[in-house]
Amino acid sequence: MEKTILDVRNLRIRYGGASTDAVRGVSFTLGRERLGIVGESGSGKSTIGRALLRLLPGATITADSLRFEDVDLLALSEKEMLKVRGRRMSMILQDPKFSLNPIRRVGDQVAETYLRHFKCSRGEAREKAIAMLEAVKIRDAERVYAQYPHEISGGMGQRVMIAMMLLADPDLVIADEPTSALDVTVRLQVLNILDGLVRDRGIGLIMISHDLNLVRNFCDRVLIMYAGRVVETLQASELDSAQHPYTQGLLAAQPRIGGSRAPLAVLDRKPEWLEEKA
Amino acid sequence: MSFSRLRLGGAVGQLGSIIVTLLGLLVLTFFIGRMMPADPVRAIVGEDATRETYEQVYHALGLDRPVWEQFVYYMRDVLTGNFGTSIRTGQPVIQDILHVMPATIELATFAILIGACLGIPMGVFAAVNKDRWPDHAVRVFSLFGHSMPIFWTGMIALIVFYAHLDLVGGSGRMDQFYIGLVDERTGFLLIDSLRAGEMDVFWSALNHLILPATLLGYSSSAYITRMTRSFMLDQLGQEYVTTARVKGLSRGQTIWLHAFGNIRVQLVTIIALAYGSLLEGAVLIETVFAWPGFGSYLTSNLIIGDMNAVMTCVLIIGVIFIGLNLLSDILYRIFDPRTR
Repeated sequence: MEKTILDVRNLRIRYGGASTDAVRGVSFTLGRERLGIVGESGSGKSTIGRALLRLLPGATITADSLRFEDVDLLALSEKEMLKVRGRRMSMILQDPKFSLNPIRRVGDQVAETYLRHFKCSRGEAREKAIAMLEAVKIRDAERVYAQYPHEISGGMGQRVMIAMMLLADPDLVIADEPTSALDVTVRLQVLNILDGLVRDRGIGLIMISHDLNLVRNFCDRVLIMYAGRVVETLQASELDSAQHPYTQGLLAAQPRIGGSRAPLAVLDRKPEWLEEKA
Repeated sequence: MSFSRLRLGGAVGQLGSIIVTLLGLLVLTFFIGRMMPADPVRAIVGEDATRETYEQVYHALGLDRPVWEQFVYYMRDVLTGNFGTSIRTGQPVIQDILHVMPATIELATFAILIGACLGIPMGVFAAVNKDRWPDHAVRVFSLFGHSMPIFWTGMIALIVFYAHLDLVGGSGRMDQFYIGLVDERTGFLLIDSLRAGEMDVFWSALNHLILPATLLGYSSSAYITRMTRSFMLDQLGQEYVTTARVKGLSRGQTIWLHAFGNIRVQLVTIIALAYGSLLEGAVLIETVFAWPGFGSYLTSNLIIGDMNAVMTCVLIIGVIFIGLNLLSDILYRIFDPRTR
């Protein structure tokens, strides 16, 4: 971990009209590494991803520091933010069935990222898009370019999504449950493609997931979130030696092939987990 | 490849369903004609006719034949373009209708254009500013257009813009002075006057058209606005909108380059329906503006019981809606790749 890409200190996010913060004082830093954020539904993990891109309409975001490379994300105007999104920081969304525009050719949607950020002709953007589609291991990229989202499979759709989000060569990619909507069989394939590209290009990756095993295999470090707070930060390799009872509970609730058939442990949530550390 | 085959198959299926619908429409108009409490014979012979005369006409109209036979004759007549003679004017019904229809088409087309040009941007604007003051302002504006009785706004508008400000023409399709100046070739005054090169007539006709068309357009824009707003809100909640934003598109670009394309199909549906009901004729506005259109024609014939005219009108309304549905289907195929 040479250079810090992202420095988040005491991040708080409150949705408009809510009485409590959805994210309560989260701090972490990110270098050219792969960071996993794990937590259950509603723990605030996706909210953090969208807050980094400032795509939370109506929500109030405060932090002691929200630095992305040389810029303060909270101080940027919306116009300056447009140059960050897609170009320097992007996000892979969960389900290609919904995250691709149904009435536009997938290739044009990929090329749009390039057209948005670089001065070039349509033909040039098209070439870049096709090269990128090949980079995510789509065979016959020319043909896929002209297809509509309903004509391609979920795994293919997610590869298109990856191509779209990596085309402008960003420094940070947030992957928000990138494989939850995919069949188990193509999940690994898509993850390997993403992993390869992220490593080759030295991109910082934040992988948001609820799947502990996935994060363990594809990330360097893991943040465990509970109720809007980070309860524990661990090296992925040291996940088994977790200290916090919540993390231990999550690990204990995992079924294992060939393991005992006894009912799995049920998380026993303690109210003191909600409290903020002094 | 398979694309064009699918499209062709769809078109053939559509043609079949159109024929079935038309047949159903004919059955419907036929039975409306039979079941109306008006007595067509009495309408022709008058109250004081003798029994013999009545019987004679009854026989001449074929009313003494079995119903199915009457229906076959009716179908044959319709297919050969014979819609009967109007009792009121003594002319073939179709000729009367060809006279009033262009006036209504002109009015309805302008009205729907104004309604769409007003309603769609307002709806999008309201959706983007949901629950903020622009949304409320648009809501009040469109609710006003929807709730004001059109004959009332029509009269007020005539008083203000015609009588006081003298900005627009008054009632009728053009100034009295110009009537009969251009040949009625198509019946569409704007087209006829342009063809004849009579620009004065053209401007007069446009001047007369603009006020009723604006009022009708305003009133139908209310509905279009509300629907556009809700379609747009639906799309703005979709994930692909987030994708576009993540790529670095601005809000405006996201709305017009991505979300708007996805509401076109729905917009076509509601605008076609609104256009259809305008083509049915707007009796109230036609009355206030002395507009010789389809709506007043149908209403006056209904009142005096001129059944040939009424049945033909109903048939035409049906055909208009079938046509508009066909048009929407074609537009769906253009706008949405999933329907191809």
